[in-house]
Amino acid sequence: MTEGQLQMIKGNEAVAEAGVRAGCRFFFGYPITPQNELPEYMSGRLSEVGGTFLQAESEVAAINMVYGAAGAGVRVMTSSSSPGISLKQEGISYIAGAELPCVIVNMVRGGPGLGSIQPAQSDYFQSTKGGGHGDYRMVVLAPATLQEMVDLTYEAFDIADRYRNPVMIQGDGVIGQMMEPVAFPPLMDPADLPAKEWATTGRRGRDALNLINSLYLDPDECWAHNRKLAEKYARMEQAEVRYEIDHEDADYFIVAYGTTARIARRSVKDLRDAGHSVGLLRPISLWPFPSKAFEGLAGQARGYLTVEMSLGQMVEDVRLSVDSSTPVEFYGTAGGVMPRHQDITEQMEKLVARTGDNR
Amino acid sequence: MKKVFTRPRALADRPTHYCPGCIHGVAHRMIAQLMDEMELTDRAVGISPVGCAVFAYNYLDCDFQQAAHGRAPAVATGIKRAWPDAFVFAYQGDGDLASIGTAEIIHAASRGENISVVFINNAIYGMTGGQMAPTTLEGQRTTTSPAGRDLKSTGHPMRMTEMLATLPGVAYLARGSCHDVKHIKATERYLRKAFEAQEAGHGFGMVEIVANCPTNWGMSPVESIDWIKENMLPYFPLGEFRTTEEVD
Repeated sequence: MTEGQLQMIKGNEAVAEAGVRAGCRFFFGYPITPQNELPEYMSGRLSEVGGTFLQAESEVAAINMVYGAAGAGVRVMTSSSSPGISLKQEGISYIAGAELPCVIVNMVRGGPGLGSIQPAQSDYFQSTKGGGHGDYRMVVLAPATLQEMVDLTYEAFDIADRYRNPVMIQGDGVIGQMMEPVAFPPLMDPADLPAKEWATTGRRGRDALNLINSLYLDPDECWAHNRKLAEKYARMEQAEVRYEIDHEDADYFIVAYGTTARIARRSVKDLRDAGHSVGLLRPISLWPFPSKAFEGLAGQARGYLTVEMSLGQMVEDVRLSVDSSTPVEFYGTAGGVMPRHQDITEQMEKLVARTGDNR
Repeated sequence: MKKVFTRPRALADRPTHYCPGCIHGVAHRMIAQLMDEMELTDRAVGISPVGCAVFAYNYLDCDFQQAAHGRAPAVATGIKRAWPDAFVFAYQGDGDLASIGTAEIIHAASRGENISVVFINNAIYGMTGGQMAPTTLEGQRTTTSPAGRDLKSTGHPMRMTEMLATLPGVAYLARGSCHDVKHIKATERYLRKAFEAQEAGHGFGMVEIVANCPTNWGMSPVESIDWIKENMLPYFPLGEFRTTEEVD
């Protein structure tokens, strides 16, 4: 695959290739639909570049192999879909607690339980509010196109290393399964990456021994560790917010991410063609949530319609980000059903009519 | 004067948190001794479990990762794959390895993962206060089997070493005991062979060590040693269960 040249590729394969380009040479995973092309691609590709692919006995084992490899200082990645991501939560909590960098891909499908294998966004709470135990956060990036997914994945490894923290790429069944033209960034050589002084490589002449650990039996020490993590999360909230606004001067905004944002773009066009002042606010980082985008629209936006492939999860963060007098409405489909652009348009027309815009 | 006994360099010079008479200290010392003799310390990464031995990282003078309950073989796999020339060993108890971590130990063994596992079997959950383990013997009283383990409702004690011996990927398996000097020396030989198997790249090696828990067995250290001989050893026979020619 030539660097910079556009080529058609499937989403699951694109995110895998982006990881390889970012210097990831270790992948541990377990089969689950709709992300199977990702480990399948990695099984062949990593052997070409001298990396390690291992199909673990479970999602639980896979995330703990990630823990081991990340603690040993290498760039490492795993992927799954909703039920499998649930199984990884224990490991993600340990990874966050021990401050290890890694990238986790979740191609979200309908839930709860075994749910369906079609696209959904119902893992928003799990990924952004800390699906495992304890106070922790991870950067969650939600691409809307395959090019954006490739670029975010490439960057995700840097973010993970910068903060020693897990980063999640949150797609869905559509993002994983569809094909789009993508240009890949250059292939990074892991040998060129800065060494991780804290990694458990064996001492190899080092005086101090390195320890990867999340146990602080003394509550004061554990509290100090939590305060240190909180300071890190505050830095991440400052520096890692990503979002995009179409039609910044609009009166009304649809708020949607990922696949849903693509569908909503069509509604925005139709609504504007019909004379309504409607824009799109698309969070790219689900955590940290782009609250400041809403602050920038305070006094201007007359209402928001949040659209999700869920029963309403991100809408809670939207409500926390706006003045209580600004209406925030929700429209969603769940269980693997995607919203129709006509239905989103109709919902926004109702919101506009109710709040008195007749332009 | 010739020095005939000294603390291994790989064993930290500090008192352990283990109870009086506990065999963890003996097992740690054997590992440290072998790390010295085989010059492993500088390339070693240990994995400590959930259980009393979670603090093994305080006593062995090498890099360590603390693993989630039962996941040490998966964590060891990640480390070893990243650094194939490192000496990677997991240290696990029977609750960790034989209960919550059965999938991880069986699949690490089945893959022939080139790691060493030290399995401390004292037939009880120590750190959480003496609950029944998969290895608890028939009739043995614990805080969750107060009338003694009933095989009809809780099944039979698991012999993990024998189970793993059915897997073709395994390079070395043995069960030793630390109830007297003779058996400590035999266990040390088993550990050496398991470590040598990893160093030679032969694959997965595990040494089960039949151990005690005077505190949760409700015995003095001396009584616990007698209890090992009378009750543990008849059910958990000692010896080598898998060797490869290269290791022998």
